[in-house]
Amino acid sequence: MSKLIVNSLYKVFGSNPKQGIKLIKEGKEKDEILRETGLTVGVNNVSFEVKAGETFVIMGLSGSGKSTVIRCLNRLIEPTAGEIILDGKDLTKMDKKQLIEVRRTAMSMVFQNFALLPNRTVLANTEYGLEVQGVDAIKRKEKALESLILVGLEGYEDSYPDQLSGGMKQRVGLARALANDPEILLMDEAFSALDPLIRSDMQDELVDLQQKMKKTIIFITHDLDEALKIGDRIMLMRDGKVIQIGKAEDILSNPADEYVERFVQGVNRSDLLTAADIMVKPWTTVGINHGPRFALAECKKHGLETLLVTKEGRILSGTVTINEIKKAISEGKTTLHDITKEDEVSRISPDTNIKDIIELTLQSSIPVAVVDDDGKLLGVIIKSSVLRALMSERGGDNA
Amino acid sequence: MPRLPIGAGFEGLVDYLRVSWRGLFSAIRAFIEVLIDAAETVISFPPFWVFAIIIAAIAYKRSSKGIAIFSLLGIFFVEGLNLWPATVSTLSLIFTATAIALIIGIPLGILSAKSDPLNAVLRPILDLMQTMPAFVYLIPAVLFFRIGQVPAVISTIIFAMPPAVRLTNLGIRQVPKELIEAGESFGSLWHQMLFKIQLPLAMPTIMAGVNQCIMLSLSMVVIASMIGAGGLGSVVLTGVSTLKVGMAFEGGLAVVVIAIILDRLTQGKSLKK
Repeated sequence: MSKLIVNSLYKVFGSNPKQGIKLIKEGKEKDEILRETGLTVGVNNVSFEVKAGETFVIMGLSGSGKSTVIRCLNRLIEPTAGEIILDGKDLTKMDKKQLIEVRRTAMSMVFQNFALLPNRTVLANTEYGLEVQGVDAIKRKEKALESLILVGLEGYEDSYPDQLSGGMKQRVGLARALANDPEILLMDEAFSALDPLIRSDMQDELVDLQQKMKKTIIFITHDLDEALKIGDRIMLMRDGKVIQIGKAEDILSNPADEYVERFVQGVNRSDLLTAADIMVKPWTTVGINHGPRFALAECKKHGLETLLVTKEGRILSGTVTINEIKKAISEGKTTLHDITKEDEVSRISPDTNIKDIIELTLQSSIPVAVVDDDGKLLGVIIKSSVLRALMSERGGDNA
Repeated sequence: MPRLPIGAGFEGLVDYLRVSWRGLFSAIRAFIEVLIDAAETVISFPPFWVFAIIIAAIAYKRSSKGIAIFSLLGIFFVEGLNLWPATVSTLSLIFTATAIALIIGIPLGILSAKSDPLNAVLRPILDLMQTMPAFVYLIPAVLFFRIGQVPAVISTIIFAMPPAVRLTNLGIRQVPKELIEAGESFGSLWHQMLFKIQLPLAMPTIMAGVNQCIMLSLSMVVIASMIGAGGLGSVVLTGVSTLKVGMAFEGGLAVVVIAIILDRLTQGKSLKK
């Protein structure tokens, strides 16, 4: 079922936007319109549907119109034309009062630079949305605390934003959005201002949280890795237009046009790239003689469902899943011997060509293991490392 | 080029207002007199040393021990010059003028932050208020409100209000766009936006405006005494006009001491987080 349907959305910036739309419909390009009339086309005939409970990622480079689209969804920016249908009701036709109601109860936004109020404590920031709704003090404190616990910030209620690190600030931003219990979360480059390690953690946590909450999330990013990691479906934008909408696999295997293809194109020119070039350290291994409790702790620490298991000499034995680990604990087993599965993980040699790796990484949900002739684990290949290799092929254009 | 009849026009306007709007001006005059009297009653109610202790306590709470001690000694110093009654008169004039300037200026600043056209109209008017030599409107003020403290308060308001408007405007415009968006995205109403987001974030800048407003009021003290404002200004003015250099110097020193105390008191708030 579609939670949100966007039909032919346009946004033209300037003094006479309707004229801009006329020109677009006559087939004029964004650059021409800007030159002739001084109008800037921000969003050009964008249509998409988001299903309930889905994480929908809008991806594009800067200037692609993605941030304008997300701001049209709660009308922080007034769309020039088009429909935005939330649960059957057209948001663009709502009056001020209805719109405020939607903003208060149905959609909450998380911002790139956190947008926390520096004069309020973490708790008071989290309460903001409830406060403007007039929820009484006791109830809103209760709800705010709940959502702070959800994002792992209990104990920081009385801190001020400038006492927190970037990652923690964005947790407050997320908690504030969740405190309203919205149906839709709008996340505008929510992790882009964080440094890479924190960012990766936050992505994992969002995926975890989403499994619990089943919100509808619309997530804006310029980072393909991020899009692939958290998105159920991805919409690629350029120059205000939708280039392609689909699952990660669709986009990579059937690029809609050469713009999208540039992300994948690297494949053909990358005969020289091999597994050894793009593998990363195997960071989630356990020894086969370790106990299942240790394995479970590792799973939890890294937020993983599956671990790689090695034996003496770092020879790869196979994989264990969290469910099997839990079962082993309840059965009182002391090592991972019985539950390690040899065949679940794909093994490749370090000189495997990247072309062959792409297929493998897309097929399997767990990383592909790179092993030498003796079966020793050298590294793993995750989706994002393949993509990063392809991205750098196309010239590092990811601003 | 023919001579432009601006001066004659202004004279005509003043005459017209003086005659036709007499009722309004008397009402304003009566209102401001009440305010000045009230301020004077409050300030002169405690003996000077009680007042000194109260000010020192506020200074201690708001800024630092040093300022507290300075305030205490400063007020004793002024009393030591036998200038405490004149200081009370000056303070009541300044507080009345500042209060009115802020009551008008801060809302005007808020409105001009929200409306570019209003801001465009206000800017040259504020320029005029700040740069037009005070003597020029001193006489019309006397014509409208007669000699005494009331025209002094009016002149002081004209001169001291612009920074309150400008800095309030600036403070609100400087609130990061993302925070405004955050406020909107959570469904804030206009007054929630103003009181929960814009004003708190603009507060340090607005307080700088309040501080400037008070300082400019003080700088008008001597000029205002020329139209009968009394207080420390008239001590200086009498000293200068009768060549009593020492008396003028004492009056001037008292103004400086009061200025420093008021400045630190109002700044302490804006610098602290």
